[in-house]
Amino acid sequence: MAKRKVYVKVLIMQDENGEIQPLQIVWDDGKSYEVDKVIYKCRASSTKVGGTGIRYTVRISGKETFLYFSEDENRWFMEGKC
Amino acid sequence: MKERVILHSDMNGFYASVECMLNPELKGKPVAVGGSVENRHGIILAKSEEAKKFGIKTGEALWQAQQKCKDLIIVPPHYDKYKAYSEYAREIYRRYTDLIEPFGLDECWLDVTGSTHLFGNGYDIAYQIKECIKYELGLTVSVGVSFNKIFAKLGSDMKKPDAITIISKENFKDKIWSLPASDLLGVGRATTNKIETMGIKTIGDLANIDVDLLVCRLGKNGRDLWMYANGMDSSRVRPDGFRDPIKSIGHGITCKEDLVSTEEVWKVMLELSQNVSKRLKEEKLNACGVQISVRDNQLISRQFQCGMPIATQSAMELAHAGIELFTTNYNWKYDVRSLTIRAINLQPDDEPVQLDLFSNVTKHEKQETIDNTVMAIRKRFGDKAIINATLLNETKIPKDDHESVLPAPMFK
Repeated sequence: MAKRKVYVKVLIMQDENGEIQPLQIVWDDGKSYEVDKVIYKCRASSTKVGGTGIRYTVRISGKETFLYFSEDENRWFMEGKC
Repeated sequence: MKERVILHSDMNGFYASVECMLNPELKGKPVAVGGSVENRHGIILAKSEEAKKFGIKTGEALWQAQQKCKDLIIVPPHYDKYKAYSEYAREIYRRYTDLIEPFGLDECWLDVTGSTHLFGNGYDIAYQIKECIKYELGLTVSVGVSFNKIFAKLGSDMKKPDAITIISKENFKDKIWSLPASDLLGVGRATTNKIETMGIKTIGDLANIDVDLLVCRLGKNGRDLWMYANGMDSSRVRPDGFRDPIKSIGHGITCKEDLVSTEEVWKVMLELSQNVSKRLKEEKLNACGVQISVRDNQLISRQFQCGMPIATQSAMELAHAGIELFTTNYNWKYDVRSLTIRAINLQPDDEPVQLDLFSNVTKHEKQETIDNTVMAIRKRFGDKAIINATLLNETKIPKDDHESVLPAPMFK
């Protein structure tokens, strides 16, 4: 299925060492979702919607998905359904 | 001595690949990054693998490329993105070595001799780097692995895209001696023409000719090329972040339209000098000489230079010297297409200056005060906060004037 790039609002918590933990995302329709868990973090590119950044593998409502922080754009994006 | 392990990593169709990675809709289509036609930079800067299949070449005019491929998608360049991705790639290289020598934005030599006990042999490291760049940046690289820089570079050109080529001491004669001599780094068009008259066509021919004969024909470069062809290049890979001492600071542009009068040339010269002056101040250097390059609309370039009576950083003094050189030497047979001004014979700005009897030092000092004030205003309120009145009107300088990163000569 084709995917689209969705820039999202993210509520984060940054600890005293500078580590960032995403807590909640707000989708482009205004709905917000809690991030249950950050499973993994690495630098990666998105082959589906383009762009690269720090990729957080997160669990939201029981489902695993990717949340990217694009450093050159200084904003967050996700891969959404078209 | 332990045999060196040198890698040369070349990012395939770099500008075009970054564009396709950022916009996946372009993937699998013939895509080229082209300069602005309006600013007369209308040439192909990079192309995707699909565009390459149509015979599109870097450097050819956009209209020529479109004739070869009607569906060619031409996108404008985004230099800030290319610089960012070039830096991301270098961050990956830094995981393996601190000996990283960039060759332009998209190529780097890496000396990984000291890292093989940690990460495996040359091929293993090349593979890890290649996969890492693909996974993290969504870009592909070709890597050459060899025991010297020249062969590593040659290796990265042999198989593209997303490939690794090994040229070892054992196989280099079989692998590269049959290739055209022009494939070797340092053999450009002029050298190719010269050596062809000596019957040299391949790298093997170059390796097997009498070295004294080559020196006789090509000078010192002849010996270097002979050594390169025989796998005897011993040039080092420069440490990461190493900066060559600055020999000159220049700025040049191709104008939107041809310059048709000395007045127009003066405006461009003054604008270019602002940038040169700013960089001289940043580097704390003074110019003892000025050099200008003028290219006319027949694409013929000429260079003129002169000394400065007093070493300076002043934009106005540099521009005056430049325009004087221009008016004295340029015959206006053709209109001017591009101009470059360079500050040369640089010296530290705190070095004592030997004055002569005839120069007007007071005027120079006054100019310096004005320049420092202008600089302070610009620093505080932005580059356009204060400009010369003559530059208020339309100049023929393109708006997207940016500085490109060109490959500097290889470190030896």
